[in-house]
Amino acid sequence: MSDAPAGFELIHCNDTDAKLTLSGAWVQGCAAQDFNTLSSQLQLGTSTRLTVDGAALEGWDSTLLAFLLQCYDHCKQEGITFDTRNFPEGAGKLLALATAVEPLKQDPEPEQSWLTALNPLVLLKNAVTRLKESLAFTGEVSIALVRMVTGRSNTRFQDFRQFCFEGGPSALGIISLTSVLVGMILAYLGAAQLQQFGAEVYVANLVTIGILREMGVLMTAVVMAGRTGAAYAAQLGTMQTNEEIDAITTLGISPVEFLVLPRLLALVCVMPLLTLYANLLGIIGGGIVAGGMGITPLQFLNQAEEALAVNHLVAGLIKSVIFALLIAVAGCRAGINSGRSSAAVGQAATEAVVTAIVYLIVADAAINIIFQQINF
Amino acid sequence: MDKRADEAIISVRDLTMAYGSFVIQRDLTFDIARGDIFVIMGGSGCGKSTLLKHMLGLISPAQGDILFSGQSFFLASDKDRDAMRRRWGITYQSGGLFSAMTLAENVILPLELYTDYSASEIEDIVAYKLALVGLAGYQDYYPSAISGGMRKRAALARAIALDPEILFFDEPSAGLDPISSRLLDDLILEIKDSTGATVVMVTHELPSIFAIANNAVYLDAATRTMIDYGDPGYLRDNSKQAVVRQFLTRGSSRAETNEDAESSAHE
Repeated sequence: MSDAPAGFELIHCNDTDAKLTLSGAWVQGCAAQDFNTLSSQLQLGTSTRLTVDGAALEGWDSTLLAFLLQCYDHCKQEGITFDTRNFPEGAGKLLALATAVEPLKQDPEPEQSWLTALNPLVLLKNAVTRLKESLAFTGEVSIALVRMVTGRSNTRFQDFRQFCFEGGPSALGIISLTSVLVGMILAYLGAAQLQQFGAEVYVANLVTIGILREMGVLMTAVVMAGRTGAAYAAQLGTMQTNEEIDAITTLGISPVEFLVLPRLLALVCVMPLLTLYANLLGIIGGGIVAGGMGITPLQFLNQAEEALAVNHLVAGLIKSVIFALLIAVAGCRAGINSGRSSAAVGQAATEAVVTAIVYLIVADAAINIIFQQINF
Repeated sequence: MDKRADEAIISVRDLTMAYGSFVIQRDLTFDIARGDIFVIMGGSGCGKSTLLKHMLGLISPAQGDILFSGQSFFLASDKDRDAMRRRWGITYQSGGLFSAMTLAENVILPLELYTDYSASEIEDIVAYKLALVGLAGYQDYYPSAISGGMRKRAALARAIALDPEILFFDEPSAGLDPISSRLLDDLILEIKDSTGATVVMVTHELPSIFAIANNAVYLDAATRTMIDYGDPGYLRDNSKQAVVRQFLTRGSSRAETNEDAESSAHE
């Protein structure tokens, strides 16, 4: 570039007046001029008036304006009168535009620092708040359910079929994979121990009971929390961002009745079916491993039939309904309480999955203790 | 082509826009000269925003081409396209601000990507750009914490971050009160005058159109093509198309019936 480098010269004409001459090309990529140099020079003088002369400028862009704006702000702060002369028309106009509105002095509310965020007391408080919110939301859902049963709710059942399809048949692939593998894992685990007593054939009992009561339903629930729970949170969070939930509320419809109930009911309907499917595939997975250990399919089936009791099956199905409720409540609550930005929708989806999995494990433990006590 | 074509910064040539087999507009040919404030107008659903999306290269044309300073955008290599895009500043209908970033971070992003300013210089430039749109001191606010009008102006600050040659606005003043809308028009005009940028905008706001535009194209939804092109002030009084005159006078010039308008549109 043939342009002269950007530069400035400050002359203290007398006690009160100072003149700043800018020269060269003040464009992007020019040798940067540091405002701090100028401000320290200004501090030395006692001027109450600064005149900036742009006659020697050879080129300008935002670099010049950013510098001038700093001069202006500095002068204003120090009570110095700021004047410009001989600037290109465009630059003068832009400076006038940039200084037309008073800068805002107030800072936004500070974000939580990570130290506060990791404080155990704060974490506990957040957990309690979340639990309270969940309880309140569960209450709303219960009221909405009662209204629906009595036929007074505005529930949109057109969506129900769609949600059933999204939550059910579309999930079959991944459920097949996880349940077959979990069945195989259980069989390996059990076989290694039972071999020591020469009781390999009881692998069938172990797999059947383990899958029916526990693993089939739990794995299905975990998959559904990640698939459907997160999807619900993202859908409702986006609706919150688009003001759709506001629109529903102002139409006099409860968002819980309109949006949450169809999702909740769809999940409650498909979860037991998915669990039955997972149970079947889990037992088949166990059978495959048992076959590899010299147990014939017929032996395996005989043993499995012996272990198969209605109460085991029902225990799993009861759990599946409870888990479905928990996943739907966790997902929908996170979505409806989501903030109104893309980041907030992401947080809502994460929160939905995390809370759902915590609920699942806690609820599973509690249900097992109860079943143990009542010998179910 | 007339002599405008020589100085045209954007030339649209025989452009046909379609979603699949559904044609939205066909045979669009017009030029935008350097320094113009060009308005794309037309009734709702006629394809104004779609035309803008074609100009921005977000949608490929079904037929025809768009040239920037004589160079085809769609035939250009990825590298040339990036170079062209760098000369543009764009605001979207709903702002398009990144909601997970503060206003300062929004403006910093293009500066960091495409300039070699140092971090402290970028900070100064951001302060200046935000001051220019009247948002001095709002650096650390998130888009969700400010009003709709402020978001429009913040989007403008991001659009002008790189001192672009061409500014594209999709409905810049939609949803603003008349005074804010007027101030935004003035701001666009000031920025355009001082930087010499070319402005292309989609808008329905008649006051805006007459106050700032010096060139315009009218897209007709019924005939699916452009039916007039020129200075909006001139078109209001002299357009041969009744539809255009009606649009520009908010429907008060009903001298001709719709049938006349239809027949003249096919001329």
